Amino acid sequence: MDAVVTVTHVDKSFNKKRILHDVNLTASAHEILGLIGPSGAGKTTIIKNIMGMEQPDDGKVTIFGNRMPNRQVLQRIGFMAQDDALYESLTGRENLKFFAQLFGVKKDQLNERIEYTAGVVNLNQDLGKRVSNYSGGMKRRLSLAISLIQDPDLLVLDEPTVGIDPELRRQIWDELRKYAKDGKSIIITTHVMEDAAECDELLMIREGHIITHGSPASLEKEYNVDNLEQVFLKAGKSNENSNNN
Amino acid sequence: MRILTITKRIFVEMFRDKRTLALMFVAPLFILSLMYFLFQSNTNTVADIGTYNVSSSLVKTIDNKHIKIHKMTSDVSAKKTIRDKDYAGFIKKTDGKLTVTYQNADQSKTAIIKKSVQMALIKVQMKQLVTATKKSKTGLIKMQAQLQQIKKQLPSTMSSQIPAPSAQKNMQKPTNLKLTQHYLYGKSDSSFFTTMLPVFLGFMVFFFVFLISGISLLNERNSRTLDRLLATPVKRSEIIYGYLTGYGAVAIIQTAVIVLFCIYVLSISILGSIWVVLLICFALAMVALSMGLFVSTFAASEFQMVQFIPIVVIPQIFFSGLIPVANMAGWLQVIAHIMPLYYGASALTDVIQKQASFSAVIPQFSAILAFLLVFIILNMIGMRKYRKV
Repeated sequence: MDAVVTVTHVDKSFNKKRILHDVNLTASAHEILGLIGPSGAGKTTIIKNIMGMEQPDDGKVTIFGNRMPNRQVLQRIGFMAQDDALYESLTGRENLKFFAQLFGVKKDQLNERIEYTAGVVNLNQDLGKRVSNYSGGMKRRLSLAISLIQDPDLLVLDEPTVGIDPELRRQIWDELRKYAKDGKSIIITTHVMEDAAECDELLMIREGHIITHGSPASLEKEYNVDNLEQVFLKAGKSNENSNNN
Repeated sequence: MRILTITKRIFVEMFRDKRTLALMFVAPLFILSLMYFLFQSNTNTVADIGTYNVSSSLVKTIDNKHIKIHKMTSDVSAKKTIRDKDYAGFIKKTDGKLTVTYQNADQSKTAIIKKSVQMALIKVQMKQLVTATKKSKTGLIKMQAQLQQIKKQLPSTMSSQIPAPSAQKNMQKPTNLKLTQHYLYGKSDSSFFTTMLPVFLGFMVFFFVFLISGISLLNERNSRTLDRLLATPVKRSEIIYGYLTGYGAVAIIQTAVIVLFCIYVLSISILGSIWVVLLICFALAMVALSMGLFVSTFAASEFQMVQFIPIVVIPQIFFSGLIPVANMAGWLQVIAHIMPLYYGASALTDVIQKQASFSAVIPQFSAILAFLLVFIILNMIGMRKYRKV
């Protein structure tokens, strides 16, 4: 399989506190990779290192064959941060248009892209409203729409389903599945096990260590349990033991 | 292209925020009008003084429109009277000695009294001199008459040899010196406000742009939109330039509004070219903007941004020409030269009051541009904190 993102031996510390310990991962085209772990485990730090917003103390990140950080590569990445990061005084459409222009979306495709991405998250009716009048869920959806605006080859989504109702959640997952089929690569972080079950490949993270990885089905089989939560607990325990030894 | 996208966004955000708009465009006009009236009334100061045992002729000479005299009938303590009645001064004559006591709470009133008393004393002395001259003149005439009589009594041959007295002819009348005053800059009614205007124009543009741009980048950082911005292929420099153009344009509009207000509402004359004034203000706004953006990297909240005002903005007022920099101590002059507002205010004063052309203010203008360059570079480095490339 063609690797889109490779993270090799990445270490990262803040104020002498080790946040990431020897993180390795590969995200491939046609695949949804899930980073799963409790808050504070280091998921967002991994994302920031992938995006080039942070630089690893040790190890390297490569995307589409380019060593990160690299400004040009960002053109092919759709990014959605944990915070909604929207311009509150602008309307939904103006937010989408602003980012579309920063990505250099052509003028004749601009409206088409805006309508399409808004459609994915069911926001077409609300594009004219100012974001300050949006509900929390609407902001989350707009944020997701922005990450799709330039039709990226790689999607990096930090906790995309928080505050989104089950029906829309289903719709979004179907859309992500479609992108993967089209050959895009998707990296997603979550602490919700239902989301984890949707991924093709899972990385379980605890305190900056990757404790186990594999497809949801193979993980359940490996640890001989019937749900992912159990996998996480068991893997965590065995990891603790091996660390102590 | 991306620069313009950012500029446009800043404009839209700005014009939707009515409070900030009011701060940028109405607040400066409000402050200027207030100062206009405050400094105008300053010329009508009247000092109350008490007098005791001062001759009425002297009192009359002291009296002018800036002095109000209260005659005391009994011998009272000067200090007590000043304290009780809130007089600005007290004049007392004892044994041919004139004693003036000042309240000295308001130095301008002290100065008025000092001047009036000195003027009065000079006038009194002049008067005495004039009467003395008159006396000697009448004496001289008498002597001449006597001389004439003696001359008549002498034999005629001798009298012809004695020249006729010509003293009367030679005694010239004192010529009256006529005073005509010319003002190189401004008019006779130029108030303190006229002098202050260029300084405050520069200061207002600097202050408001500094505050608003700094807070705006801070918000962008705190709402994480800056992270999102930097997750696009935008260059760090494009963000800085986008901000500079956006707020630079706002600053131009602000300056234009202030300048037009001064010309047409407060009817203050701007002697130099308005375009040069606008250009200097624009450059000054750019420096304020780049300083604001840079300083905002060290602030975690709007409140912390406001905390920079006493450190970064207020000291600049002192060095902007309100106090003549040339009279300052050497080390203070050095400080003045690292203040952007010093150059801005000096250039604006030259253009507005002394009709300087652009070429005359090029030195100050280039100093402003140098500040701008330094802060733009600092900002580019500062942005590295958020994205390494």
